[in-house]
Amino acid sequence: MNRLALLLVAALAPWTIAPPAGADDPRTEAAATLKRDLKPRGITTLDLLVEDGVQAVCNRTDDKPPKELAQRLEQDQLAGIRWPADGKLVGDWKSGERIAQNGRGMTWSDPAGTPGGGSCYNCHRIGPEETSFGSIGPSLLQFGKLRGYGPDMQRYVYGKIYNAKAYNLCSLMPRFGHVGALTEQQIKDLVALLLDPASPVNK
Amino acid sequence: MAEPMKIRAKLEGDVLDVRVLMAHPMETGQRKDGAGNLVPLHFIQTITAQLNGKPVFQADTSQAISRNPVFGFRLKGAKAGDKLSITWTDNKGDKRTDEIVVGAA
Amino acid sequence: MTRALALCAAAAFIAALPVPPAAGQSKPPAVERDATTEEFEKFRAVLEADNPAELFEVKGEELWKTPRGPKNASLAACDLGLGPGVVKGAYVQLPRYFADTGKVMDAERRIVHCMVTLQGFDAAALAKQPFSTETRTPDPVALTTFVAGQSRGMKIAPPQSLPQERAAFALGREIFFYRAGSYDFSCASCHGEDGKRIRTQQLPNLTRPEQAIRGYQGWPGYRMTGGVMHTLQWRLNDCFRQQRFPEPEYLSDSLTALLTYLAVNAKGQVYKGPGIKR
Repeated sequence: MNRLALLLVAALAPWTIAPPAGADDPRTEAAATLKRDLKPRGITTLDLLVEDGVQAVCNRTDDKPPKELAQRLEQDQLAGIRWPADGKLVGDWKSGERIAQNGRGMTWSDPAGTPGGGSCYNCHRIGPEETSFGSIGPSLLQFGKLRGYGPDMQRYVYGKIYNAKAYNLCSLMPRFGHVGALTEQQIKDLVALLLDPASPVNK
Repeated sequence: MAEPMKIRAKLEGDVLDVRVLMAHPMETGQRKDGAGNLVPLHFIQTITAQLNGKPVFQADTSQAISRNPVFGFRLKGAKAGDKLSITWTDNKGDKRTDEIVVGAA
Repeated sequence: MTRALALCAAAAFIAALPVPPAAGQSKPPAVERDATTEEFEKFRAVLEADNPAELFEVKGEELWKTPRGPKNASLAACDLGLGPGVVKGAYVQLPRYFADTGKVMDAERRIVHCMVTLQGFDAAALAKQPFSTETRTPDPVALTTFVAGQSRGMKIAPPQSLPQERAAFALGREIFFYRAGSYDFSCASCHGEDGKRIRTQQLPNLTRPEQAIRGYQGWPGYRMTGGVMHTLQWRLNDCFRQQRFPEPEYLSDSLTALLTYLAVNAKGQVYKGPGIKR
C-alpha cells in the first residue's frame, strides 16, 4: 500500500507542485470552465465532469502512464469487477448481436430506466454480415475461432467488457459493467456473440 | 411563406443547362412529428419554366420528391440576355416565382 | 498479508491470460477501407454541386439586411471583427477577441450578440431553442450560414495575436483532451487519430491541419437526414451528448474555446463554404 502511494506521488509529482504565482494550472481552469458552462440534463449530472482515479491518471500522462503504476491500477480495476454469481459467463449470441448493434444509453437523450446497448459496432467489426462497422477498435471477426472458447478466454472477454481498464488502463473502450451501462445478462450475451461456436462471428 | 429559390443556368452553345434549388418542406403526409401526430401533406405539384415569357417546360411532381429538392433540365435555343423564369405551385395553393438573366456561354 | 497474496494472485492470473492478438492481425484489410472511403467521397462530390445550404445563405442574407426586432434595425452595423458591416472574409477570421465584450467570440456567438445589441432581440429567448428542427430554422442559424458563405474560398486565419486569443486556444486544447463522463471519452477519443471511423462515418483527426479542415469544412452544414441546417454550435452540442457528458450552454466559453482550438488547427487551409452532410 505504501509502495503504491509512493508510485502515484512520483508519477504525478509535476502536477502536485504548486504552479508559480499568477500562472493557472490549465487543466484546473478547463475543469472549472466545464463545470460552469455545462448543465445537467436527463440522466447526466455535473459530477460526471469530476475525474475518477483512472481518468485523472490517464489525463495527466497523455494516456501513457508509467508501466508499474498502470499495472497496479489495472489490478484495482480488476478487483472491482462483479462476476456472475452463477459462474456462467456465456449467454445468447442472438441477443448479443442486438446489444452490439444498439448504440443507445447513458446520454442525456436516453430516458432513465430504459436499457441501452453496447454500441459495439461503433468501434468494432464483429459479425460477417454487418458492413457498417467502425475502426476505432480492432476487428473481432472470428474472435473465438482464432483465440479459443475455453473458460480463461470467457473470463477475459467478460472482464474486458465489464471493465476494459482492468486490462489496459487508458483504453479507449468504456467500462460498460463498471458504470452500469450494460447488465450482467447483456454482457453474457455479448460474450456469447464472440465465443459461442455457433455465433456467426465464428463461422 | 414561399422562400426564394436559387437558379443556376449555364449556357453551352445554345443549350442551357438549368439547375434549380427550391426551398420546400415536401412533406409526404406520412411523417410523424415529435408529438406523434401526422404532419399533413405539403408538396410542390407543378414546376414550370418560361423563357422570355414563353412556356418551355412543365413538370407535374409528386410528394415522393425530397425536401429542398434540386431540379435539373436542359433547354435548347437559349442565348445570353434571355430571361429565364421558374415557378412552382404546391398543394396548399402556395406559389413562388424567381427569375434570372442568362449569362454569356 | 492477505491483500498482498490477493494482488500476487491477480498479477499471476493476468500474466497467465492469453494475450490478445497484435493489432496488425485484426485491422480490416486496407484495400476494403479505401474503397468505402472512395465511394463516400464520390457521393459527397455529387451532393456538393447543388447544396440546399445555399437556400439558407439566401435566407440569412435577407435577415442580415432587413430591419427587424424591437429596435427595427438591420445588422448592417454588426462588427464581426473586420469592422462594422464587413461580412466578406469575417467567418474565417473567427473566433477572435472583441474589446467591446472583453471576450473571445465565435461567429454564431458574435452574430447573436449583434442581434441582441443592435436589433433588441432577447438573448434568453434565442438560447431557448437554438437548433434547427425539421420545421424551423432559427434566425442565428440562417445568419451564420450566410456569413460563412461570404468566406467561401478563403484561407482559415483566426487571429492568435492577443493573449486572450492564445488563452482560448490553450483552454480549447485542454478541454479537447479531457477524458471524463461515464464512458471516459474526450474529444480526442474519436478525433485524436488518423484514419478512424465510427460505424461508416469518417472521423477527422482534429489535431492536425490537413485533417482539421475536414472537420471544420462541413459546417455550417445542410444535413440531408431531416433536411436541416446546422452550425458548429449544434455539432459541438451533439458531440457532448454522444460523449455522455452533461449539456454545454449555447454560445458558452467552453464551446468558443473548442472552436478556437479547431479553427487554429485548420489555419491556412481553404474554407469552401457551407457543406452538406448525410
